Amino acid sequence: MSLTHYLVVSAILFAISIVGIVVNRKNVITLLMCIELMLLAVNTNFIAFSRYLDDATGQIFVFFILTVAAAEAAIGLAILVVLFRTHRNIEIDNLEELKG
Amino acid sequence: MNIETLVFYFFSAITIIAAIGVISVKNSVQAVLCLVLAFFSAAALWLLLEAEFLAITLVLVYVGAVMVLFLFVVMMLDVDFAAMKQGFAKQLPLGLLVGAGLFGAIYWVIRFEVFGSDKVPEPAKSDQGYSNVEELGRLLYSEYFYPFEIAGVILLVAIIAAISLTFRGRRDRKGQSVREQHQVLKEERLKIVSMESEKPISNSNVNREVGDAS
Repeated sequence: MSLTHYLVVSAILFAISIVGIVVNRKNVITLLMCIELMLLAVNTNFIAFSRYLDDATGQIFVFFILTVAAAEAAIGLAILVVLFRTHRNIEIDNLEELKG
Repeated sequence: MNIETLVFYFFSAITIIAAIGVISVKNSVQAVLCLVLAFFSAAALWLLLEAEFLAITLVLVYVGAVMVLFLFVVMMLDVDFAAMKQGFAKQLPLGLLVGAGLFGAIYWVIRFEVFGSDKVPEPAKSDQGYSNVEELGRLLYSEYFYPFEIAGVILLVAIIAAISLTFRGRRDRKGQSVREQHQVLKEERLKIVSMESEKPISNSNVNREVGDAS
């Protein structure tokens, strides 16, 4: 297993989540899940480099990314719940109150 | 083909199939479960890379907490998720184009001829006494102690933000309402009364009133 194998896997994951963001532009929950997938791909990259460069700093970085991603997911879902309470749906197309 | 290669391809395939499931499945609950599967198999890949602590953290924190939160929200919201998939077929060509372009761009950089990672010898397996947790802990509590504390503060802020956003309990406690303060008008606060100016009370008068009271 060389480094490129892992990089290709995470590149495929990243591309899939980009496709998901482009395709599911209506559904906020799917968008959030695609962002989580992207972070997973990035983390896999970090860990692969950490292993092949023999430097644990990459793993520390992944640790912090996990922390921030958990916070982001919690706040994102809270915003989603508030959005659902006010609009009764979560379609992005309906979010146009701030449009001039 | 040794066992490690086999495990790598097996879990990579599961991760990718699960990721495709996340973006293509109609039912959002199934999408979340696909994401759980993707995280599990990615954790297996991380184990293969000897990042044991992070692999366990991924399963415990991500699958155990964040994904359960996702499931909660998906099941709680009464939304017709299937109707949201309406534009899926229409957007798919564009999406595939973007994805293929991105993957092509990344692969163009990381392929063997350019990146040369096949010339780098594979790192040696760690010996029996090596502890990933110990190494990460030593780094985290010495060199990266300040970022570690900031991460704690970020989590605290996230807790407060999530609770204050979704809090629906009593709002009648004595607190400052900035919105009401901004909307207040002069007429509501200030009342101008026209009245005669008072005359000073003489000293003997006061004494008499005190005496009457007693």
